[in-house]
Amino acid sequence: MTALLDVRDLVTVFPSGGRDLRAVDEVSFSVNRGEVLGLVGESGSGKSVTGFSLMGLVDAPGRIASGQILFDGDDLAKASPEAMRSLRGRRIAMVFQDPMMTLNPVLRIGTQMTETLHAHERIGKPEARARARDALAQVGIPSPEERLDAYPHEFSGGMRQRVAIAIALLHRPDLIIADEPTTALDVTIQSQIISEFQALTERQGTAVIWITHDLAIVSGLADRIAVMYGGRIVETGPIAEVLTAPKHPYTRGLIRSVPSENSRGARLAQIPGVTPSLAHMPQGCAFRSRCQRADAACAQRPGAYGSDSCWHRCFHPHEEALT
Amino acid sequence: MITNLIRRGIQALFVIFAMTLIVFVGVNVIGNPVDILINPDLNQAERLRVMQNLGLDQPLWRQYLSFLAGLAEGDFGDSFVYGRPALGVILERLPATLELALAAMVIAIVVGLPLGLYAGLYPDRLSSKLIMTGSILGFSLPTFWVGLMFILLFAVQLGWLPSNGRGETAGAWSFLTGDGLRHLILPALNLALFKTSLILRLTRAGVQEVIAQDFVKFARAKGLLERRVVLVHILKNLMIPVVTIIGLEFGSLIAFSVVTESIFGWPGMGKLIIDSINLLDRPVIVAYLMMMVVLFVTLNFVIDICYTLLDPRVRLDGKG
Repeated sequence: MTALLDVRDLVTVFPSGGRDLRAVDEVSFSVNRGEVLGLVGESGSGKSVTGFSLMGLVDAPGRIASGQILFDGDDLAKASPEAMRSLRGRRIAMVFQDPMMTLNPVLRIGTQMTETLHAHERIGKPEARARARDALAQVGIPSPEERLDAYPHEFSGGMRQRVAIAIALLHRPDLIIADEPTTALDVTIQSQIISEFQALTERQGTAVIWITHDLAIVSGLADRIAVMYGGRIVETGPIAEVLTAPKHPYTRGLIRSVPSENSRGARLAQIPGVTPSLAHMPQGCAFRSRCQRADAACAQRPGAYGSDSCWHRCFHPHEEALT
Repeated sequence: MITNLIRRGIQALFVIFAMTLIVFVGVNVIGNPVDILINPDLNQAERLRVMQNLGLDQPLWRQYLSFLAGLAEGDFGDSFVYGRPALGVILERLPATLELALAAMVIAIVVGLPLGLYAGLYPDRLSSKLIMTGSILGFSLPTFWVGLMFILLFAVQLGWLPSNGRGETAGAWSFLTGDGLRHLILPALNLALFKTSLILRLTRAGVQEVIAQDFVKFARAKGLLERRVVLVHILKNLMIPVVTIIGLEFGSLIAFSVVTESIFGWPGMGKLIIDSINLLDRPVIVAYLMMMVVLFVTLNFVIDICYTLLDPRVRLDGKG
């Protein structure tokens, strides 16, 4: 089976001070139909830019410099703006991080939903409205008919994120890119929305790229995981495999820094140092400045070691499982 | 809404009251109207009679009280110069000023808004940079100089357009006749230049602020046509500050177009008020300024109503 999405050596750059800084640096991954990929990394690791690159929505002057984004066989990196527009919202949808900012404050919810339908289909107003209403009901918004006429400020954050999810699901897309959609929400609302989102995408057979820094969310949600650091994917594989036996020191550090019940009272492990900025990314392995296992070999760029579906980029991988 | 209206009305009354006081005292300090209005050759008895006619023989506080008494009956007093009710003298000039202000505002919006939108959406293009440079000129060149240059170029050198007066009028309006319209063009352009630059720069700044917001990116992520993203999602959000400026600038066009009206011999209210100040025609000055207070209060109210139409989060309920 060919993958729904096959990203190969994607490079997205932002020009700065006369040179191109690589926010996304030769990233390769694939997503099958109906599959959930967790894209994990710290702030500034390039995970959001990766998401926007897939949508063709990288903010100027940033641009995709090279690589392929094969979506159902077509290379999106070379698609025309109009082709991308027609794809966005219809076959690839996106849910953003901050629900307070994603809906236009001066337009009614109904308008913001039906305009999405009108952008891709020739349908009448009553039909568009009916579909928008059903979509609201689907994400658990009470009295959807009246809520269509409400404005975003009349909704809570959780409700707004439900509206955003309803908009993303309107056209039954093949792929949804969820860019930390629950980070800005209360924990209780978070789990509700995650489970509803999961149920809806499973029912529609939608593939999901769930971008997050929260390993706990990904562990319950994703089929596979890709860990990003410094614009590169440092480790990827089936979720259980990567979480129980992470090979890359960075993945290991990330997992160790999640508080868990059996480490109560113990000092939380942390990764020393901070994520280097794009302008000061070390040559070779980007993580070597913070890595305890780094040596002279790490000044070379590590290749991908392992199998096609499960690999890491490290010269000194951990072989043992996490205890 | 109603409480809001009443509250503004009361505020306006206070401002009007304060202003009549200032004008009465101010005109009195500047000079004695009698010295300007009365023929110096008249003898003392005739002089006294004229003063009694105008009520200028009374002490200032008594003049003020009788003015207030007249005001209660809707009488603003007679102009010292024209010998007719001051309000009537002003209202005669209103259409001329109104059509000039309106024409200038329409030009400013029709030109400034699209250019500002363009310059905001494509800030790196050469054309945008030219537009922004042009707007700095429009901003900083003095109105009187531009007016004179217009006359020099279009009226004197090229002879395309008339430079003085309103031309033929239909009723009180000159834009209804071809000749009147030709007379309107130069003064309207002259007035519009500054306002165009203002609206243009404000729109551009608004675009750049709104375009960076998540909801614009989300609108694009929904696959909307770029046209809709710009004309609905961006434009509606940036109109709030622009509407404020349009409203206030329209008020200032009506009230303070003195320079342009003088240069182009446009018989509007601005010219009238300057003449009245020169002649210390107090009733006209007072009535004019009172009208302007009412005008600005009304405009502010209209602007607030526009807010509620543009932004659902704004509500006009007596509070706030």
